[in-house]
Amino acid sequence: MSIKETDQNNTPNPKNIVYDTQDLNLWYGETHALKNINLSINEKEITAIIGPSGCGKSTYLKTLNRMVEMVPSVRTSGDIKYNGKSILDRSFKVEDLRTRVGMVFQKPNPFPKSVYENVAYGPKIHGIRDKKTLDEIVEKSLKDAFIWDEVKDRLKENAYGLSGGQQQRLCIARTLAIEPDVILMDEPTSALDPISTLKVEELVQNLKENYSIIIVTHNMQQAARISDKTAFFLNGEVVEFDETETLFSNPSDKRTEDYITGRFG
Amino acid sequence: MVRENFEDKLQELKDQVLQMNDMAKSAITRSLIALDQQDEQQAQAVIDHDEEINKMEDEINDQAIWLIASEQPVAKDLRRLVITLKATNDIERIGDLAVNIAKSVKRIGNAELPQEKQDVLNTASIVEQMLDLVIDAYLEEDLEKAFEISRIDDQVDNQYGDSIQKMLKHMTKHPDEISSITQLAFISRYLERAADHVTNIAEGIIYLVKGKHVDLNN
Repeated sequence: MSIKETDQNNTPNPKNIVYDTQDLNLWYGETHALKNINLSINEKEITAIIGPSGCGKSTYLKTLNRMVEMVPSVRTSGDIKYNGKSILDRSFKVEDLRTRVGMVFQKPNPFPKSVYENVAYGPKIHGIRDKKTLDEIVEKSLKDAFIWDEVKDRLKENAYGLSGGQQQRLCIARTLAIEPDVILMDEPTSALDPISTLKVEELVQNLKENYSIIIVTHNMQQAARISDKTAFFLNGEVVEFDETETLFSNPSDKRTEDYITGRFG
Repeated sequence: MVRENFEDKLQELKDQVLQMNDMAKSAITRSLIALDQQDEQQAQAVIDHDEEINKMEDEINDQAIWLIASEQPVAKDLRRLVITLKATNDIERIGDLAVNIAKSVKRIGNAELPQEKQDVLNTASIVEQMLDLVIDAYLEEDLEKAFEISRIDDQVDNQYGDSIQKMLKHMTKHPDEISSITQLAFISRYLERAADHVTNIAEGIIYLVKGKHVDLNN
């Protein structure tokens, strides 16, 4: 057997799929917002979703934690399996899903409480009362979100006193405190300055060791820098889904090339 | 079409590469006229003009680097700029080879050259054609022309091998001409190297269009 053949036999096992979307369609009233989406999202990878405004990328993200149901006129067809279970099935409890799937939004949205209480809020709701355990969770979450050193002496202060970049990392810490499997991020750095953006990007890359991350971004360089796979959405369809390096260096669809090189329209 | 300004800048860059290629080709042509006429003054002119080609390379590279920084290009746009940086390096080297030829012409001086000089000049005209073809391929991003260059390069390599053999034979019979024939052999080698640089540019064009690397020099 040649060396090459040996190598091929030793390729690592394919990654587990955390989200498997099959023939997903979504309508807001008469508007067909997502059309036949088929996407398999790997566990412990960063998946970026890019596309022009109104292409359906945020709608898709909000479908993954069923937040989209808050819009009254929404209808869906098709299936999304989260770890093998159909989440669009009404019997699937949305509360269970939301404890496994955290979300970070475009604008930092800390609670009007202290830094400590922001992070301890989720675990408290889940019934953790022991002060020492809560202290540990808060410290670990803030450390994992790369903000501990900046706030460790300000834990009792109101979170609104933090800078925008710090607030966003605090929100990420708040998400980590409930130990989710997946973190959904909807343009998490679009309201941040370049340095805060880089800090969040670095953080996201570190988090993928333990979490599956799906990030919607308008910043294509950001998608190229931090993600493993990228999906390009256009008019509610997935035009291309590939390894990030391939999608940004040698896309197979002309529409992807036109979009990433800024020649759209 | 959006990004018109960027498109215009890319076109300006292409025009400059065309101009630089013309300068290098003209240097090669003039060095060969100098060889044909054994004209040391012409040879010196080629040496003196090389600085302009070097300057042109710096200017093009500065602009390409600025476009990479300011426009943050990806995919084909990025490859277009990267191969421009590489192509100008090859063109600059071709200019240097013209200088080497000119220096050899000066060393030969008035010494009589054998029939093999004509072989070298024949090879030279093929290299000049390659330079015309490669700039067309670059401007039009034409794969066919790029592959054609690799076929012509094989021809140059063969002719180079043959003429070196002939020169070696001639040397054994005419030891008094060893010095001038050695210079002629160098010139032959410089031309072969120039053809390799043209082939490198052709490889870059294929990479630009297809996004895949090919090795045409083997």
